[in-house]
Amino acid sequence: MAVLRRPECLLLTALLLFCWPYSSSALQWDEDLNVELRDADNATAETSLNKQGNQTEHAPATIDTLPIVTWKWHHVEAPYLVALWVLVCWLCKLVFELNHRVTNIFPESGLLILIGFVLGGIVWGADKKATFALQPTTFFYYLLPQIILDAGYCMPNKLFFSNMGAILVYAVIGTCWNAGAVGISLWGCYEGGAMGHLEIGFLQFLLFGSLLSAVDPVAVIAVFEEVHVNEVLFILVFGESLLNDGVTVVLYNVCDAFVSLGAAKINAAEIIKGIISFFVVAFGGALVGVIFAIILCLLTRCTKNIQIIEAGFIFVISYLSYLTAEMLSLSAIMAITFCGVCSQKYINVNMDERSVNTVRYAMKVFANGSETMIFVFLGISAIDPAIWVWNTGFILLTLLFVFVYRIMGVFFLTWFLNKTRLVPVETIEQVIMSYGGLRGGVAYALATVLDPVKIKEKNLMLCTTFLVIYFTVVLQGVTMKPLVKWLKVKRSAQSELKLIEKLNNRTFEHTLCAVEDICGRIGDNWWIRGWNRFEQKWICRYLMKPSARKSQDYLFGVFHQLNLEDAVNYVSEGERRGSLAFMRSEDAASVDFKKKFGTDMSDIMPDIMVNTDFNGLDVSIRESVPSVSLEIHENDTKNLRNNNDVNVHHLLQQHLYKSRKHHRHKYSRSHFSINQSEDEVQEIFQRTMRSRLESFKSAKMGVAPAKKISKHPQKDRQQKMSNGKSLDKSKAHPYGDEDFEFSDGNSASGGEAATYQTPYYYRVAGIVNRAFMPEMDTPPTMRTPPWLSQAETDGSVAPSQRAQRSLPWSPSNIRRLAPLRISNRSTDSFIMADVVKPPENPEDRVA
Amino acid sequence: MGLPLVESALQWNSGILNANRDPKNDDVEFQITRLYSRFHSLDKGENGALSREDFQRIPELAINPLGDRIINAFFPEGEDQVNFRGFMRTLAHFRPVEDNEKSKGHDASEPLNSRNNKLLFAFRLYDLDRDDKISRDELLQVLRMMVGVNISDEQLGSIADRTIQEADTNGDMSISFSEFIKVLEKVDVEQKMSIRFLH
Repeated sequence: MAVLRRPECLLLTALLLFCWPYSSSALQWDEDLNVELRDADNATAETSLNKQGNQTEHAPATIDTLPIVTWKWHHVEAPYLVALWVLVCWLCKLVFELNHRVTNIFPESGLLILIGFVLGGIVWGADKKATFALQPTTFFYYLLPQIILDAGYCMPNKLFFSNMGAILVYAVIGTCWNAGAVGISLWGCYEGGAMGHLEIGFLQFLLFGSLLSAVDPVAVIAVFEEVHVNEVLFILVFGESLLNDGVTVVLYNVCDAFVSLGAAKINAAEIIKGIISFFVVAFGGALVGVIFAIILCLLTRCTKNIQIIEAGFIFVISYLSYLTAEMLSLSAIMAITFCGVCSQKYINVNMDERSVNTVRYAMKVFANGSETMIFVFLGISAIDPAIWVWNTGFILLTLLFVFVYRIMGVFFLTWFLNKTRLVPVETIEQVIMSYGGLRGGVAYALATVLDPVKIKEKNLMLCTTFLVIYFTVVLQGVTMKPLVKWLKVKRSAQSELKLIEKLNNRTFEHTLCAVEDICGRIGDNWWIRGWNRFEQKWICRYLMKPSARKSQDYLFGVFHQLNLEDAVNYVSEGERRGSLAFMRSEDAASVDFKKKFGTDMSDIMPDIMVNTDFNGLDVSIRESVPSVSLEIHENDTKNLRNNNDVNVHHLLQQHLYKSRKHHRHKYSRSHFSINQSEDEVQEIFQRTMRSRLESFKSAKMGVAPAKKISKHPQKDRQQKMSNGKSLDKSKAHPYGDEDFEFSDGNSASGGEAATYQTPYYYRVAGIVNRAFMPEMDTPPTMRTPPWLSQAETDGSVAPSQRAQRSLPWSPSNIRRLAPLRISNRSTDSFIMADVVKPPENPEDRVA
Repeated sequence: MGLPLVESALQWNSGILNANRDPKNDDVEFQITRLYSRFHSLDKGENGALSREDFQRIPELAINPLGDRIINAFFPEGEDQVNFRGFMRTLAHFRPVEDNEKSKGHDASEPLNSRNNKLLFAFRLYDLDRDDKISRDELLQVLRMMVGVNISDEQLGSIADRTIQEADTNGDMSISFSEFIKVLEKVDVEQKMSIRFLH
C-alpha cells in the first residue's frame, strides 16, 4: 500500500495498481496466485515450482551462507500481477486486431468482453473461485479517470457548448426519467407478482433503477467511434453519456442514502434535501473541475523551463481534481470532465507543441489501455457462479424497461428540444440515440458497491446489471453499425481542412451577429460573441502566456496547419519517389522560414518560433513547401537561388552534426531534445564540423561544384561584393536548370529587389564573414554575430532529422549520395517538374 | 403600418405561401410586427426608410469587422435608402430552412433562405464590384478586416492566395460564385447562416 501514497508514482500507479485489491483480498495468495499466474500466463508456469522458495522467504532471516540469487516473488507480487494483467488485457486486443474482418462486424468492446469470459473461465477452471474481479475502487480511482479526462480534453469544445442545452436536458432529465421509470415500473411489476417473492422494497428498486440509468461513455465511445455518425449526433450521445455519469452517481448516492434512512424516515424535507444535494453535487463537481482547470492553465504558463515534465502536470492536476471532488463528495466525473474541457484550449497554447503531442498521445494510451482493461474485466468478473441468481421475471423485465424507457425518454425529450433547435434532430437520429443507450462499467461498479446488508438481493441485481451490460454492449453494439447503414444516418463527412471554409465560417458568424444587432434581438450569437469578447479580454489575459496570446489568430492558425500538412505530403512524396531533391529546397525553405520568424517575428508569432526552434524535427520540414511557405516570406524566397549552392554544403553539415548530437543526448533524462543545449551544440559544431567537412569534400567530391562549395564562403562573397547582383545571378545559373527555374518561379512572386542582401543567405551558409553585415538593409535585431547565426542554423537543422531517417546514416553513404545530388539532376526531376513549368501548376504560380 | 406590412408579409412568407401556413401564421405575423417596430425605432428620420446612417448608429455594428459590408448588403445597388420591404427581404435570408421547404427542391421561385441564396449573400459580402467574382484584392480586404494586426501583409497575401487556390478551378485566380458554392458544399450553410428567432 505504501506505493499508493507516493505522489511521484501517481501516474504509474493509476495504471499499474489496478488490481491491487484482488491480490490483497485473496488471502491464500500463496497458492492461489501461483495458480493464477500459471493460467493467466502460461509462460510463468515455473512459479508454482518455486513455491517452496517463495515460502522460505517468510522464514527468519538466518542464513547459513550468502545467497547469490534469491527468489523474491513476495516482494514484487502485487505490481507484478498488475503488470501481467495489463499485459494480458492488451495482448487480447492485439490478438483480435490482427483480423480486421472480425472487428469490422463485431465491435471491439464486445470482443473484449468475450475474451474476458474466456480468461475468467480459465481462472475459474484453475481456481474454482473467482479470484480476480473488477473492484469498484480500482475502477473509479484508477481506470475511469483517464478515460473521462481523455474525453474531456479531446472534446470538440465549440460543438459541445453549442449543444450544451440539449446535452444537459438529456443528461439530467433523461437520466432521472430512466432511473425513475425503470425503478417504478419494476416495482409495479413486482407488486403485480411478476417475479415471485423478492426482498426488494420500493426504494431498492429505485436504487437499482438509478444505477442502471447511466449511458456509459466508455461503451458509447467505443461503439460510436467505429460507426462515424455525424458530429451533432455524436456529441449529443457522447456528451450525454459523459455528463450523466456524474448524474447517475449522484442519483445513486441519494437513493442509497434513502435506502439507508429507511422508508419510515423519509419525509418531504429529506426529499427536498435530496434534490438540492443532487444539484449541489453535480454542479459543485463541475465547479471543482473549472477551478482545477484554472490552476492548470496558470501552471502551464510558467513551465517553460521544465518542458520535459510539463505534460505530466496535466495528468496530475486533473487527477487531483478528480480526487478532490471525490473527497468533497462532489461528482468526480463532472470535475475531471470540466477540468479537461475548460483547460484544453489554454494549455494547448501555453505548452510547447511537443508537450501537447505528448499529452495527447499519453492520454490516448492511458484511456485506451484502461478502456481495454475495463471491458476485459467486465467479462472476467462475470465468471463467478456466486453472483448468478436467476429470476426470469426480474431480469427480462429489467431488460425490457431499460430498452423501452430509453427510447421513450429520447423521443420525448427530442420532441421537446426540437421546438427550439435550429436544426432539429431527425427521427432516424433519435432512433440511433435511443439505440445507443449502452450501459457499461459505471453501472457494474455501482452494482458491486451495493451493500448486501441493506440490499438482500444484491447478487440478483448484480447479475441483472451484467446482463443489461452484455445485452447493450454486445448485442446493440454489434447491430449498431448495420442499423446506421440501413437507416442511412447522416455520417460525418470527413472533409479536409479548408481555409476558405474557415474563413467563411467566420464571415457567417460576423454576419449573424450583425443581423441580430440589426434586428435588435439578443440571440445565441449575441451570447457567443459576448463570451468571446470576455474571453479575449480577461480569460486569455490571465490564463495564457502573453506570448501565446499574441500569436492567436484563428485564420493564421488554420493556414499554418494547412502548410504543415502540405509540407508533410510534399516531403513524403519526395521520399517516396526516392528523390532527394526535396531536401534541398526544403532546406533552404526551412532555414529561411525560421530565420524570418526567428528574428523579426519572434515576438509576434512565438508558437511558430517554437515550432521551428525546438520542434523543428517534424514541423519545420513541413513548413517548407515551396509553393506555400516560401511564398509567405517573399524576401526569403528570392534568396533561394543564392542559397542553392550553399545548401548542399549545409545539408551535409546537418546530417553529420545531427548524428553526433543524437549520440550525445540519448541518455539524458532532462534533455530530451537535441536542440535545447545549444551552447554545447555550437561548440561541437565550431570545433569539429568545419574541418571535417572541408576534408571530406575535398577528398570525395573533387568535382567542380564541390570545389565551389568548399570555397564559396570566402570567394563567393568577395565576388559579390565587387560585382553586385549581376554576378550573383550569373553564378546561380551554371548550377543547373533547377536553380534557374527556381529563380523564375520566385521572381514571379515578387520583384527583383536586392534579394541577396538579406542576411539569411549568409546565415544559411553559416559564414563567418562579418564584412557584409552592414550593407544589409535589415533590422538591427537580425545582425547577430556569426556564432549565434551558427546556432540558428543548428536550430533549423533539426527539421531534417526526419528526412535523415530515410537517409542512410553512415558517413560513407552520405558521401555516396551527396555528389549524386549535386551532379545528377535527374534525381531532382520530381521537384523540377513542379518548378520548371510554373504556369501549369497554380500553386507554383502563387509561389 | 398598413401597406408595407402586408407587402413584406408576402415577401417573408414566400417560402411557405403555398404550403399549409396555418400553424405558422401567427408566428410569422408576430415576427413581422416585431421587426417592424424595430425598423421604426431604427428609422430616426421617420420617413419610412432606413439610410446608412441609421444602420451605423447601431453600436455593435461599429465593432463588427464586417459591419459595413453587411449594412451595404441591405441596400440595393445605387440606392441609399431601404424601405421595410427591402429590410425584410434581406433579413429573410437568415430564416432557418424548414423541412417542408427543403424537400420542395428547386421551384421556379427559390425562397430567399435557400442554401444558394444564403451563400449568395455571403458571396456578395466579398464581391464589392459585383462582377460575380471574388478577386484576390477583394479577398484581401475582407481578410484584413477579419484578422488581427499581428499578421503581416505578406502573410495575409499568402493566406489569400491559398484561399483562392482552394476554390479556383478554372485558374483565373478569382472565385466565381459557382466555385464558391462548390468549395463550400460540405459546409452546413443552412445552419450556419440561420438565426433561430427568425422563423
